Amino acid sequence: MADTDSFIVDMADRMFADLADLQTIILSRSDAWKQRLWAELEQTGLTRAWVPEALGGAGAPLDEAFGVLRAAGRAALAAPLAETMLAGWLLAQADMAAPAGPMTVVPAAPDAAPLRMDAEGRLSGSARTIPFGAQAGHFAVLAHGPDGMAVALVRAADAKVAPGSGLGGDPANTVSFTAVEPVQFAPVDIAIEDLMLMGAVVRAQQIAGALETMLALSVRYAMDRVAFEKPISKFQAVQHNLARLGGEVAAAVAVAASAADTVSETGVRGDAALLEAASARIRASEAAGTGSAIAHQVHGAIGFTDEHVLHRLTLRALGWRDDFGNETWWSVRLGQFVATGGDQRLWPLLASR
Amino acid sequence: MTTALRFDPLRLPPRCQELRREVREFLAEEIANGVFDPDNPESGSANADAFARRVGERGWIGMTWPKKYGGGERSFLERYVVTEEMCVARAPTRRFFVVDRQSGPTLIRYGSEAIRQSILPRAVRGELCFCIGMSEPGSGSDLFAVQSRATRTEGGWLLNGSKIWTSNAHQADYMIGLFRTAPPTKENRRHGLTSFLIDMKTPGIVCNRIGMMTGHRDFNEVAFTDVFIPDDHVIGEIDGAWKQATSELAYERSGPERFLETYGALAGVTRLAGTEPDVRVAAGLGQLTAQLHALRRMSVSVAGMLEQGREPVVEAAIVKDLGTLWEQALPQRARELSALIPLADDDGWREQFGQRLSYYLKAAPKLTIQGGTTEVLRGIIARGLGLR
Ligand SMILES: Cc1cc2nc3c(=O)[nH]c(=O)nc-3n(C[C@H](O)[C@H](O)[C@H](O)COP(=O)(O)OP(=O)(O)OC[C@H]3O[C@@H](n4cnc5c(N)ncnc54)[C@H](O)[C@@H]3O)c2cc1C
Repeated sequence: MADTDSFIVDMADRMFADLADLQTIILSRSDAWKQRLWAELEQTGLTRAWVPEALGGAGAPLDEAFGVLRAAGRAALAAPLAETMLAGWLLAQADMAAPAGPMTVVPAAPDAAPLRMDAEGRLSGSARTIPFGAQAGHFAVLAHGPDGMAVALVRAADAKVAPGSGLGGDPANTVSFTAVEPVQFAPVDIAIEDLMLMGAVVRAQQIAGALETMLALSVRYAMDRVAFEKPISKFQAVQHNLARLGGEVAAAVAVAASAADTVSETGVRGDAALLEAASARIRASEAAGTGSAIAHQVHGAIGFTDEHVLHRLTLRALGWRDDFGNETWWSVRLGQFVATGGDQRLWPLLASR
Repeated sequence: MTTALRFDPLRLPPRCQELRREVREFLAEEIANGVFDPDNPESGSANADAFARRVGERGWIGMTWPKKYGGGERSFLERYVVTEEMCVARAPTRRFFVVDRQSGPTLIRYGSEAIRQSILPRAVRGELCFCIGMSEPGSGSDLFAVQSRATRTEGGWLLNGSKIWTSNAHQADYMIGLFRTAPPTKENRRHGLTSFLIDMKTPGIVCNRIGMMTGHRDFNEVAFTDVFIPDDHVIGEIDGAWKQATSELAYERSGPERFLETYGALAGVTRLAGTEPDVRVAAGLGQLTAQLHALRRMSVSVAGMLEQGREPVVEAAIVKDLGTLWEQALPQRARELSALIPLADDDGWREQFGQRLSYYLKAAPKLTIQGGTTEVLRGIIARGLGLR
């Protein structure tokens, strides 16, 4: 499905423009916008997009919700929408309903020490760099139980949350549990890597969205900014830089949309999901690096100021590379998979998509 | 917003995957019969003629063309599958790929009915090889500097001048060539060029082969001395060839041949790596696979837009820009990864791989030049972004 055709995505774009406009946020120098935005997100049901209707959620099609996340990326949204959606998705895998308010998922890295759940459901262990950990009301925790994997819904107040923030300035926290009693828990047929895979696709969509706005801003700026008595857009070196940025945006958009579509159609398991999600993570992360650098170069010093909106996009895009396994981790994972299949299986794998 | 780039996640329909199986079976048989060697990018040219005819018999040349000209009226997506399977297998397609991709569609759009009737059915059978006569010693990226001229004569035109870098001209039956029929005007420097269909057996044409750094001799200088071309061999508008260029280019630019030319280097290093590679090698394979997957998803998406009758000119230029740079860098990256793979006892493949790699490294420079350089493509993308 083309996310540009979606009513829900249009609505999200408009909501973010009204309530989370980047320049307005910077000039206001206060966090008051966050409450209004969050109330609206909850009211429209977007925060519960991936919670099925039977569990009290919006039950939006997976792919439309992925489109909303790209829109959130376009707005460099500094609110835990993606994290709350992801937590809702994880809870739903265990047939658990989601509470109101912001949530996030634990863990958010593939190689973290495991969180343990005992026979009574009590959780122990800790996890680093949990996105929006400090703003969440609840955590959806994927833990190793006595008989396999389990999902636990935990009140944030029952955990220890250390202060911290990520590259984009949004919270990123170490969260620790010491024999914490969850609100609810249930066994689940989801591995840590499945959660990482879903998270990686979510982040790829956000990065693709942020890159779309970087391109639009950079093109507009190049046409406005005058140097040597003409708009800098008339210099071939600038044109070629922007053409390269266009290529990076295109690659990120294409690979992220393809992965989102795959996960929506067939879920997080299987060869196709691995190829698509890992590729989306790897290629969109590369695009974030190359694309951010070009966007800054085109903007010159003004783009380096705290009052300009550009850094809100570039730093978030760069920071989003790190959650749920960064591009290097996924490259190794995908490369090992490719090697196991051997050269004869590589092309059939690619051509199957 | 002029900057919105659209790449919908198109999936190939089931009939395409069925067709893919047929193509693979066909190619496996050709390989078994020794027609070409998929591990050797330089094999198969001696059998290219007969191979083209067998591909024609299968109905895989001119697949999208109208049935009345012998075409299959099948979709761009089906053609896409055939093309990519042939690329990956390194099948010897040189006899027919130019007419299938470019010249045929040009004739269908701009040729006279008599020309279409006489040429296209033979092309579909794999009997005709085409070449492209655009570049000249003084005109490459800047096509509007073409100086070879066509002058009016009784019942037609006389061609004089020379073309250069013309791939396979020495083996071609026809050329579609660009000639100056009038000087450019002050208002429009693109004015005054006309396309002609040229029978390469016409008296007055001489092909001088030119060696390439790969050791092959595909290049030609083609000299024209009073070559007579009948009136009905004019393709499209007299003096207005520039109007014809853009729509086909989208198709030409975004196909799988724009990123799969050195695929053998990736397959080769994967084979060398074995099933449990070192973590650095695994990371390299994963990264290359992801980049290739991304390119293919973009390219398939553009094919889908073409199928819907849209003209994704910018998207197509982006696919070619990213794709050719990737396939150009691939042999070098495969070379670097191979250095991290320990020697195995039975390492016959390493030596063969080294030879393949040499070929790919020699071929790499052309990939970002042929069919429009990187710089030219970036100019097109920049225009699409509204910057020019
Ligand atoms: C393997 C191969 C096969 C080919 N086959 C054919 C064929 O069958 N038929 C045919 O007609 N031609 C063919 N060509 C020629 C090809 O189309 C030209 O080489 C190409 O268009 C570039 O032209 P040029 O070589 O004259 O380079 P030039 O145009 O002289 O360019 C040289 C350099 O200058 C750069 N440059 C030029 N103009 C600009 C500008 N405005 N801004 C920035 N940079 C610029 C170019 O990007 C390039 O880097 C083939 C080329 C190769 C390598």
